[in-house]
Amino acid sequence: MRPLSLQRLLLRCAALAAVLFVVVVIALKLGAVPVSLYGLGRDLIRVMLGRSSELSTDYGMIVIDIRLPRILLGIVVGASLSVAGTSFQALLRNPLADPYVLGVSSGAALGAILAIIAEPHLAISPELAALFTPLGAFLGAAATIAAVYFLGRREGQIDSSTLLLAGIISASFLSAIILFLMTTQIGRDMHGIAFWIMGDLSTPLQQKLRWVLGVGFVAAAGAIYTTASDLNLLLAGEKEAMHLGVDVPRVHLVVYIAASVLTGLAVSVSGAIGYVGLLVPHVMRFIFGSDHRMLLPAAAFGGAIAVVIADTLARTVVAPAELPVGVMTAMAGAPLFIYLLRRRLA
Amino acid sequence: MSAQTAARTSADTARASGEARLSVEQVSYAYSANPSQAPLFTLEATSFQARAGEILAILGPNASGKSTLLKLISGALQPLSGRVLLNGFVTHSLSPKTRAQRIAVVQQESRLLFPSRAWEFVLQGRHPYARPMRFETEDDVIIARNALAQVGAEHLGDRWMDQLSGGEKQRVILARALAQQPLLLLLDEPTLHLDIGAQVDLLDALRRLAAENRYTVVVVTHELNLAAEYADQVVLLQRGKSLRIGPPANVYQRELLEHVFQTSLSVELGSSGRPRVNVLSG
Repeated sequence: MRPLSLQRLLLRCAALAAVLFVVVVIALKLGAVPVSLYGLGRDLIRVMLGRSSELSTDYGMIVIDIRLPRILLGIVVGASLSVAGTSFQALLRNPLADPYVLGVSSGAALGAILAIIAEPHLAISPELAALFTPLGAFLGAAATIAAVYFLGRREGQIDSSTLLLAGIISASFLSAIILFLMTTQIGRDMHGIAFWIMGDLSTPLQQKLRWVLGVGFVAAAGAIYTTASDLNLLLAGEKEAMHLGVDVPRVHLVVYIAASVLTGLAVSVSGAIGYVGLLVPHVMRFIFGSDHRMLLPAAAFGGAIAVVIADTLARTVVAPAELPVGVMTAMAGAPLFIYLLRRRLA
Repeated sequence: MSAQTAARTSADTARASGEARLSVEQVSYAYSANPSQAPLFTLEATSFQARAGEILAILGPNASGKSTLLKLISGALQPLSGRVLLNGFVTHSLSPKTRAQRIAVVQQESRLLFPSRAWEFVLQGRHPYARPMRFETEDDVIIARNALAQVGAEHLGDRWMDQLSGGEKQRVILARALAQQPLLLLLDEPTLHLDIGAQVDLLDALRRLAAENRYTVVVVTHELNLAAEYADQVVLLQRGKSLRIGPPANVYQRELLEHVFQTSLSVELGSSGRPRVNVLSG
């Protein structure tokens, strides 16, 4: 009998952070323009010391100005989607729940697109305009998860197959509306369509959005983490959790809002990247067990690692062309989904 | 068991001594699909009391309101009228945390979404005592280990929950309830999926625990003979009405039981001085 201690939690997080660091360095090195590991290390140190003007080569600029921001974006997006997936799995008591499978990502994408379409018609200051798209995405995510939750109920109970069907149908319905709006309102833009439907990290982030994304992630993931031990008990059912002292409605509300924020933020900057929230929590649960005090931070690191790897592959496998990152995550995630579904039915 | 006794505040003990610990006062309830229609099920006003160390069985056929009464006692449901007091506090008004420190509920089925080890499961019983973001303390581990020992399940600690037999699982679930260090232990059909040997084991353990730890135990069951053998008091329910409340010898009368359970049976006095029921075929 050896329960989780703070020391063990931090040790494991440090190990995951080290893996993430190695992945980031490899991702910085790989790409259309070759960079030496030595030059890379020297440039990274110079940037950290605030001496960007002394970068060794022109290639250094490519690495620091183009690859690094994209990798950082991938880290936050991956961590957000993965923590959101872990939370949805506990909240809905369904191991197959994930923002993409449940249609929540599509709802967030639709919300973001509606915000983009509406924004020029509204008189809002440029400062608030930066917040408008993520806000639309959050509302889209929150509305979708509420709709899927109610559609997925049968005789007052959540039924996992009905829930998944409701999510998949919602995703397809919302994608159709996205395509319709993209074609009629924004003009046929294949890159834009691929961005919202498959997810893509190649669009550079506006300076203001970086803050929104960073602060939003820390606040929402932190809020979910405060309920970590409650989520452990919720896995056994709402009644049992209540009898063990969990304030079930409060935990539901916190996790519902925070997971919608995470999905909304991730989707508003990278589109609907699929399966990260499904694949990563399962792998982490397999390695570290299902205690959410360990699982949530592990999922955050794991999501970051997975998306950085997927995006590096997306940049390099068909170079000089590029794939949307969602193509890579779907290629890995969809077979895993089928495997988990089969195992559950068996 | 010093930790067990230390958890009780002196005020609690003072209040509990000499008087009833659990007091169900004119409690009624009604289920209805929508408020404008007549209720689908009603539980008529019911009153009884139980002291520390006492085992009370709620007995009755299916759909007699046993589980509803248990939910009302646990505070999960708010009574339509009347109130349930535990040491003078209304159970429904307690915060979820406080309630879980005083009342432990063992449900019929405990389904897990992801695998967990028995000791992790028992440690969940310490949740009502933990502050958020806190990790289990050394004391929590000792209490959980003691709880496993009290139900004779020390050896099961490292096993996975989904690999335990029905009887073993039920003991681990009971150990989690003990880890809550409650005043009141509520069990909903705890013997449902157990063979007769495991049923006797479980009820022997309950009687011993009630005596040693001064728990008040309320068991919902439809096993007439187990209730007769182990309960100090029986509440006999039929279609939402409590027909008789008292020691088994007073409640177990042939005509009454035949009427409630709709079958012919005989009642005799067993060797233990408690009534024994035989169902007559034909």
